[in-house]
Amino acid sequence: MLLGPSLAISAMLFSIGVVGVLVRRNAIVVFMCIELMLNAVNLTFVALSRYYGVAGQLMVFFVMTVAAAEAAVGLAIILAVFRHTKSVDLKANTLLQG
Amino acid sequence: MYVSADLIWLAVALPLAGFLLNGALAIWRPTSKTAVSVIGPAVLLGAFAVVLLVFRSYALSGIATPVLVRLWSWVPAGSLQVDLSFVVDRLSLVMLLVVTGVGSLIHLFSVGYMKEDPGYARYFAYLNLFIVFMLVLVLGASFPVLFIGWEGVGLCSYLLIGFWFGEKANADAGKKAFLVNRIGDFGFLVAMFLLWTSVGSLDFARVAELAPTQLAAGGTMVTLITLFLFLGCAGKSAQIPLYVWLPDAMAGPTPVSALIHAATMVTAGVYLVARTNFLFAMAPLSSTVVAGVGAATALFAATIGLRQYDIKKVLAYSTVSQLGYMFLAVGTGAYVAGIFHLVTHAFFKALLFLGAGSVIHSMHHAYHATHSHEDAQDMRNMGGLRRHMPWTFALMLIATLAIAGIPPFSGFFSKDEILAAAFARGAELPLFRLFWLFGVAAAALTAFYMARLMAMTFFGHNRTGAEEQKHLHEAPAIMTVPLLVLGLLSAAGGMINLPELVGGDARLEHWLDPVLEAGHRYFPLEMPHGQTEYVLIGLAIVIAVGGLVAGWRVTMARPIVPARLAPAEAGFWKVLFHKYYVDEFYEAAIVGPLRRFSEKVLWKDVDQGIIDGGGVEGSARLARTLGWIGSRLQTGQVGLYLTMFLAGALGIFFVVMG
Repeated sequence: MLLGPSLAISAMLFSIGVVGVLVRRNAIVVFMCIELMLNAVNLTFVALSRYYGVAGQLMVFFVMTVAAAEAAVGLAIILAVFRHTKSVDLKANTLLQG
Repeated sequence: MYVSADLIWLAVALPLAGFLLNGALAIWRPTSKTAVSVIGPAVLLGAFAVVLLVFRSYALSGIATPVLVRLWSWVPAGSLQVDLSFVVDRLSLVMLLVVTGVGSLIHLFSVGYMKEDPGYARYFAYLNLFIVFMLVLVLGASFPVLFIGWEGVGLCSYLLIGFWFGEKANADAGKKAFLVNRIGDFGFLVAMFLLWTSVGSLDFARVAELAPTQLAAGGTMVTLITLFLFLGCAGKSAQIPLYVWLPDAMAGPTPVSALIHAATMVTAGVYLVARTNFLFAMAPLSSTVVAGVGAATALFAATIGLRQYDIKKVLAYSTVSQLGYMFLAVGTGAYVAGIFHLVTHAFFKALLFLGAGSVIHSMHHAYHATHSHEDAQDMRNMGGLRRHMPWTFALMLIATLAIAGIPPFSGFFSKDEILAAAFARGAELPLFRLFWLFGVAAAALTAFYMARLMAMTFFGHNRTGAEEQKHLHEAPAIMTVPLLVLGLLSAAGGMINLPELVGGDARLEHWLDPVLEAGHRYFPLEMPHGQTEYVLIGLAIVIAVGGLVAGWRVTMARPIVPARLAPAEAGFWKVLFHKYYVDEFYEAAIVGPLRRFSEKVLWKDVDQGIIDGGGVEGSARLARTLGWIGSRLQTGQVGLYLTMFLAGALGIFFVVMG
C-alpha cells in the first residue's frame, strides 16, 4: 500500500545522511547524519516487515540500541577531541596522517 | 729380509709425523733447533730406508705386476668409488727412490744452510709436508689421489717460495706460482671430468684396461683428455706458456729450489705423462704437442739462461729447459728416456742448486761480516771462488759436465737418448726433425750458459771485495757431504741405463718395460742403430764440448765488472736479460686487463651496481616506495576515508548485484 512512498522517503533520508557525512566538517553534524542514515534504514525495515514478517521490526530495536550505545561513545570521543584541540572541525584534526 | 709392499704407507706416515712434530715445535718451541735438526732429516732417512727395503723385496721377487695398497674408501658415491689407495710398481718405485733419496740429502744440507734462520722449525715442517704430498702424488693409484698430492705439493711450494714472506717480492712470487698452477689444475680437473664421462673410471689400472675399448685411438675425446692433462703438466712442470712462475720461485730458500723446483715437484708433469702413457700413446696429436712444447721450451728457456746474472736464475731457466727435454722425450714416445733424464736431472740439478746454495751461503756470510748490501746471488760479484770453496767447485764441475752432456757423466746418456729418440721419430713424422734440431740447439746453449756460470763464479779474479774476500769459506761438512753423494750420483747416474752400444744392459728400460708396455705398443718407436747412432753421439759430444768452450771463451774474453759497476744491457742481450719481456707481456695482455675487468666491471658494476645496488638496496627501495604510495592515502581526513569507504561499498554492491 504505502510501500513505495515509504521506501522513497527512506532513500531520500539515507541520501541526505550520506551527503551530510561527506560534505560537512563539523564532527557533530557528521555524527547526526550517520544517525539519519541509521533511521533511514530503520524505516525500510519497518516498511518491509509488513510483507516479510516481524523480524524487520525486531531488527529496528537492535539498531536503535546499538545507535544509542554508539551515540554515547561517539559523543564522548568528540568531547575528548574538543577538549584536546579546542575544535570539532574534521579538516583540522588530521593527527593520523601517513 | 722380505718387506711387503703394503708397508709403503710407512714411507708416507714418517714424513707426516715429522711435519706434525716440527709444526708443533714451530708453534710452541721455535728456538729448539736441535730437536728439529734430528727429526727433520731422520724421518726422511727413515722413509728412504722403507722405500729401499720395499724396492729390494719387489726387485728380488721378480714380479712385474703392480701392488695395490688400499688404505681406505675415500669417495664412495654411487658409481664413483674412489679409494685412497697407493700403487707400488716399477715406475712409482723409481720415483720414490729419487724423491726420498734426493730429498734426504737436501734435508741434511738444509740443516747447515738454514741453521741461523729464525723460521728453522717451520721450514722443516713445510719440507716434511712437501715430501708427504710428493709421495702421495707418486704413489696415487688413481687420478683423484694423485691430484691430492698434486695440489699438496703446490701448496708446499707456495709456502716455501714465500718462506721469507717479510719481503713483498717473495710473497708475490709464491702467489704467482700458486695462481699460474691454478690454470694448469683447471686442465687437470677437466681431463678428469672427461675421463669419467667417457671411460667411467678414474683408477689408472681400470682406465688402462678400458681406454682401448671405450676410446677411439687418435679420436677427439682421447686427444682432448690428454691435451687437458698436458695443460696441468705444463703448469706444474713449468712449460711454455706457464713456465713464468718457476724463475720467480727462486725467491725461496735455495735447498727448496733444489728439492721442489728442480728435482721433484716440477718433474711431476713428466711423471704424469709417463704414468698415463697408454692415453698419450693413443693420441698422436697430443704427443706431438707435448714434444713440440717441450722442445720449444728447452730452446727458449736456454736462451734466456744465457744472459741471467743471478746464479739461481740461470739454474732456474736451465731447469725449465731440461724439463722441456723430458717432455720432448715422453711426447716422442720415449717414456724411458724421459724418466731416465728425470732421474739424472734430479741428481745433477739438485747438486747444482745445492752448490749454488753453498756459494750463496758463503757470499752471504762475507757480505754479512762487512755489513755490505751487495747482492749475494749475483755472479758478477763472485769470481775466483774455487780457491775458497774447492769442494763445492769440484762437485759443481761434475754437475756442469753432466748437464752439458759430456760422457761418461749421467746427463750425457739421458740427453743423448732423448735426442736420438726425437731423431728416430722424425723418420715418420718430419716435424720431429725440427724438434730434434731444437733439442740440439738447446744442448749447445746449455753447455754455453753452464760454462758461463762456472767461469763467472769460480774463475777469474774475485769481485766480492777485498775485505769480504777474507770471509769466504767452504761450507760445513753437513752441507758438503750431501753434495759429495750427489756428485757421485751425477757422475755415475748414467749407469742405471747404459745403452747396449757401450756394453750396457739398458737396465732402466727393461725395468720399466712392464709399466710402459701399452704406451710402446700404441706408439712404437724404432731407435736408431749402428752408424746413425754413432753419428748422433758424435754430434752430441761435439755440440757439448763446443758449447762449453764457446761459453768459456765468451765469458772470459772481457773482464767482468761487479754488479754495481756493470753497464746497462744493450741490443739482443737486453731482450734476453729481460726474459723476452714475457712477464711484461703477460702483465699487459692478461693480468692487467683481468685486474681492470675485475675492478671496473666485476667489482664496480656487477657487485656494487647490480648485486648491491639492484638486489640489496633495490629491494629496500622497492619496499619504501610501496610504503610511501600507501601512506599517501592516509591523509588523516575523515571525509576522504568516508568517500573511499562509500566508493568501496558501492563497488562491492554493484559487483555482488552483478
